[in-house]
Amino acid sequence: MTKYILKRLLMLIPVMLGVIVIVFSLLYITPGDPIDSLLGDDATPEAVEQMREQLGLNGGYFQRLFSYIKNLLHGDLGICYATKQPVMDRLMQTFPNSLKLAGLAVFLSVIIGLTMGIISAVKQYSIFDNIAMALAMVGNAMPNFWQGLLLMLLFALHLHWLPATGFTTWKHMILPAATIGTSSAAAIARMTRSSMLEVIRSDYIVTARAKGQSELLITVRHALKNALIPVVTTIGMQFGHLLGGAVLTESIFAVPGVGKLMVDAIKARNYPVVQGGVLMIALGYSLVNLLVDILYAYIDPRIRSQYK
Amino acid sequence: MKQEQHTPYKKRSQMQEIARRFVRNKQAVVGLIMLMILILAAILAPVIAPYDPLKQDLLHRLKAPSAEHIMGTDELGRDIFSRILYGARISMTVGLIAVSISCVTGCVLGAIAGYYGGMLDNVIMRASDILMAIPSILLNISIVAALGSGLQNVMIAIGISSIPGYCRIMRASILSLRDQEFVEASRAAGAGSFYIIYHHILPNCLAPLIVQATLRIGSAILSCASMSFIGLGIVPPTPEWGAMLSSGREFLRDAPHLTTFPGLAIMFAVFAMNLMGDGLRDALDPKLKN
Repeated sequence: MTKYILKRLLMLIPVMLGVIVIVFSLLYITPGDPIDSLLGDDATPEAVEQMREQLGLNGGYFQRLFSYIKNLLHGDLGICYATKQPVMDRLMQTFPNSLKLAGLAVFLSVIIGLTMGIISAVKQYSIFDNIAMALAMVGNAMPNFWQGLLLMLLFALHLHWLPATGFTTWKHMILPAATIGTSSAAAIARMTRSSMLEVIRSDYIVTARAKGQSELLITVRHALKNALIPVVTTIGMQFGHLLGGAVLTESIFAVPGVGKLMVDAIKARNYPVVQGGVLMIALGYSLVNLLVDILYAYIDPRIRSQYK
Repeated sequence: MKQEQHTPYKKRSQMQEIARRFVRNKQAVVGLIMLMILILAAILAPVIAPYDPLKQDLLHRLKAPSAEHIMGTDELGRDIFSRILYGARISMTVGLIAVSISCVTGCVLGAIAGYYGGMLDNVIMRASDILMAIPSILLNISIVAALGSGLQNVMIAIGISSIPGYCRIMRASILSLRDQEFVEASRAAGAGSFYIIYHHILPNCLAPLIVQATLRIGSAILSCASMSFIGLGIVPPTPEWGAMLSSGREFLRDAPHLTTFPGLAIMFAVFAMNLMGDGLRDALDPKLKN
C-alpha cells in the first residue's frame, strides 16, 4: 500500500510540471503588459525597465519558464504585482478560507446527498423518491451563481437571517457553502440511489433479509458499504467542481479566498498570483484524487489486495 | 389438430429500436420538447422578439413584468424577453461549437492513442491527465485570459477544456474493439488503419460519444454563462444569459426579475440537455439502465 501511495505521489511530479508549463504558457501569451497597470501611463522608460528587471519580465519564453520553475522549487511563486507581497503569502492568507468553505460544502453535500440517495433507493418510486430525484435534477441544472443570488435575496435581504457578504463569523459561511454544495449534493444523491438500487437486489441482501435481519441493519451494514465505491468516486470528482464553483461563489459573497483572489488577479493581469492559484488548486485536486483511491482500499478489501 | 397461433413478429431496424426506447422514456421526451422550444426560440428570435434586444429606453428602465414587457426591462430599459430569445442563439451556438471542437479533437487523439498504443498513447494520455488536473472553470478562465474575451474565444476555451473526456472514452472503446475478429478480418483483407477506425471501430463506439456530447452541451452553456458572469466571457451589450445575470445583480433587491429570467433560461437549457442525455443513454445502451 505504501509503495502504491509513493508511486502515485511520484506520478504527480510530471503532472504538476505539465500544469506549470500550460499555465505559464497561457499567461505568457496573454496580451497586455502588467507594467502598464502597475506604473500607469506617466512612468519613465527607465522606471519601466527597472520594474521589468525587478519582476523578472525580461528575457525569452524558456528563460522565464526555467527561472519560474527554479524559483518554485525554492518555494518562491513570485511577487504579487498589486501588493508587492510574495504570492505564497497571499495564497496562504486566502487558502484557509477556501479550504473552510470547501470543507463545509463537502460536509453538507455528503450528508444531504447520501441521505437523499439512500432513502430514495430504499423507498423506490415513493413520493419521497420522486421529489428527491426531481430536486436533484434541478440542483444539477441550476447555475450556482444564480442560486447564490437567490439565497442571498431570500436569507440576507428579505429575511435578514444571514449576512450577505464577508467572511468573519460562521454565519458568513452558510450561504456560500450551501451554494457550492447543492450541485454536488444532487450528483451524490443520484449516484447513491443508483448504486444502492444495484446492490439491494443482490442475492446476499436477500439472504440477509431471509435470516431475519432488520432493514436498517441490512441497509447500513450490508448494502451501503458495497454501494459506496462509486459514491466515493463521485465525491472525489465533485471536489474539483467545488473548487471551480468556489471561484464564482467567492466572488458573489465577497469571500476572501483563492477563487476571488484569482478572478481579481486575472482582471488586473497579476500573472504570478494566477499561476500560483491554479497550481495550488490543481495540486489540491490531484491530492484529493489520490486520497479517493486510497479510500477505495479501506472500503473494499478486493481493491486492497490488488495494491499489495 | 390445434393450429398454433404465432404473434406476428415485426422486424425493427436498430435505429427504430433506439427511437422506440427513446419515445417510451417520458423524461427523454420532455427533454426533447424543451430542446425543440429552445432551438425554435433561437432560430425565430428575430420574428418572435417584440423589441430590438440592444435598443435602450431609459424612460422605461427596471420595469417589472407587464403586458407590454412580459419579462420586464433591464437597467437600460431593454426588453428582457427579447434579450432572452437572442441569448438562446448564443448559448446554443456556444454549446454546439464548443462540443464539436472537443468531440472531434478528443476522438482523433483518443483513436490515435488507443489504436497505435505505445509512446503515442503515453504522450496523449499524460497530456490528458495534465488537462484534467486543472478544474475546467480555471482552465477556461486561463485560456480566455490568454486569448481575450469574446464568443469565439469562449467556444475555443470550453472546447479545449473538454477534450480529455472524449479522448478517454474513445481510447477505451478502441482498446476494447481493436482486437475483435471483425477488425482483424478487415486488417487481413488489407484495410488501412484510417479505414478500419472510420468504418469499423467508430460506428461501434458512437453510443457513449453521443451521450457524452449531449450532456456536455449543457455543461458548455453553463461554463459560458459562468465566464460571462465574472466578466471574462461574452461582453455586454451582447445578450448573453450569464452577462445579463451579472449586470442584474446590482439591482437584486429592487428588481429581482433582472436575474430571475436569465437564471431560469440557463436552467431550462441545461435541464433540457441533461434529460436528453439521460434519455439517449438509456435508449442507446439499455445495459446501463438495467
